[in-house]
Amino acid sequence: MELAAGADLAVRRRRNGRVVAGVAGGIADHLGVEVFWVRAVFAALTALNGVGVIAYGLLWIFVPQRVTGEPGEAPLKPRERQQAVGLLALGLGAAVLVTLLTGAVSGWIVGPMAVALVGAAVVWREADEAQRRRWRDGARSGVLGKSGRSTLIRIAAGVALVALGIGVLVVTTYQLDQIQFTLVAVLATLAGVALLTVPLWIKLVNDLGEERSARIRTEERAEIAAHLHDSVLQTLALIQKQAEAPREVRRLARGQERQLRDWLYGRDVGDTARPTTVSAAIALASGEVEDTFAISVQQVVVGDCALDHNLLAMVQAAREAMVNAAKHAGVAEISVYGEVEEDGVTVFVRDRGKGFDPESVPEDRHGLADSIRGRMVRHGGEAKLRTSPGEGTEVHLEMPRKQEARS
Amino acid sequence: MTEGKRVRVFLVDDHALFRAGVRAELDSISDEIEVVGEAGSVGEAVAGIGHHRPDVVLLDVHMPDGGGAAVLAQVRTALPDVVFLALSVSDAAEDVIAVIRAGARGYVTKTISSQELVRAVVRVSDGDAVFSPRLAGFVLDAFADRPGAAPIRDPELDLLTPRERDVLRLLARGYAYKEIASELFISVKTVETHVSSVLRKTQLSNRYELSRWASDRRLV
Repeated sequence: MELAAGADLAVRRRRNGRVVAGVAGGIADHLGVEVFWVRAVFAALTALNGVGVIAYGLLWIFVPQRVTGEPGEAPLKPRERQQAVGLLALGLGAAVLVTLLTGAVSGWIVGPMAVALVGAAVVWREADEAQRRRWRDGARSGVLGKSGRSTLIRIAAGVALVALGIGVLVVTTYQLDQIQFTLVAVLATLAGVALLTVPLWIKLVNDLGEERSARIRTEERAEIAAHLHDSVLQTLALIQKQAEAPREVRRLARGQERQLRDWLYGRDVGDTARPTTVSAAIALASGEVEDTFAISVQQVVVGDCALDHNLLAMVQAAREAMVNAAKHAGVAEISVYGEVEEDGVTVFVRDRGKGFDPESVPEDRHGLADSIRGRMVRHGGEAKLRTSPGEGTEVHLEMPRKQEARS
Repeated sequence: MTEGKRVRVFLVDDHALFRAGVRAELDSISDEIEVVGEAGSVGEAVAGIGHHRPDVVLLDVHMPDGGGAAVLAQVRTALPDVVFLALSVSDAAEDVIAVIRAGARGYVTKTISSQELVRAVVRVSDGDAVFSPRLAGFVLDAFADRPGAAPIRDPELDLLTPRERDVLRLLARGYAYKEIASELFISVKTVETHVSSVLRKTQLSNRYELSRWASDRRLV
């Protein structure tokens, strides 16, 4: 047969327009000819001592199916299906007839073999029915999908037919009273079933892998879509509504950016409510200040360690320092730098704002004295302040990492 | 860079909207900078940079078909005079370190203010390195001597001097060069020298942390 132009694609069994397993359709697609002719050739080959059946079976096993959703597949027309079934029956009938006429195998063996063949066909067909159902049910189903009663009945019927066929074969060959031959019949049946189901297992393993990776992809996509919908799209909608309020827009955008970053780069995701490390706690505190005061907090943390009682107090003090800067410094950005070392943790909170004269802070303003310095000292650390009017403010916090402090 | 001459800048970013925004900002804010061209893909960038011979390329780290590192790999040997400044929204150490190791002379985030971006462009065009606080943090992290770290093979490249460490810490704390200089009682020129030296070490060192970050992005 001559290759048609554009037939450079690998052979793929059809998924949609198929009667048995899509082998003929796949070959027709590959060669660029009418599927009818391919089926006719298979039927004709079947007449030649069943060569067509064997060829078809081998192609079924070794030619992979098309990937789901691949374009260029027309569904099967009812007339075409009838035609194909007719060709199939014709081929099998011709095979039986040819065998009978040539006498290559005696007539009494052909009848049972035909019965066995029909049984085999039922079981083989069932393999792909089960697959189709699995794909349809997608993620929910396991290896065999929802194995309904009809599946079982059909498999059982197939097996029974095989058993019958082989049993009759054995029984007619030998005498009924020869009990050991009944055993042989049973064993032969079992062997027949095993043989019949081999392709099923091979295909099962192949298709399962393909299906699983497809499912994982789908699930990932669904998760990303859900996340983007819950976060980014909602925020964008809010921003459009608030377009007249730049401060609010900035706050929304910043909060959303932070959330998306956490999610993309896997920083303390899912643990934002109760951070367990110093870096996560500082990130959370910075985020809260950003959200509350609509300013930007540039935070850098080098190293990391688990959060304990003292370090938590330190992060709270740092948060207070950020709040002070956000409220009083009159700047759009604060820098926070944390460094975790062997013997201690250091945090700097800095702004380039207006600064102040520490001496002039009124007595009733307890922010710095209590929330920052007092808190640090109570937990065994210390706080230093560097500021002067016009020079910005820097709060320097230090907490030793010894375990001797109260826990 | 001689005085009075404008810095010729080429923009590489796969988001046309972002390119337009940066271009408008740079054009309106400063006479020091002239945007000579832009590109939205690695291929366009390689061709455009070869054609325009800009002084500075503003390079997006993340792009389809390889990103900023791919552009650097294809252009840098042919045009050693072109300076690259990475511009990214990425927060991941491996992205940042990878593009620095591929040859960029600095890294700034896309949220940088226009004035600071202009300053950064002018500074890299003068041959300096530009470290955003975040990059300074990553480099400090990579060069930290934590217990159980891989042995140091080349002290010249694998260790930072105490002074370089001080400079990096101040950078990470958000200090400008001038502020660092007065804080450490050194000249701005010395600060620049330290930062350039840190950049060189970051690019050339085979320290485990750095090569790990880079190899995560299939570089080096």
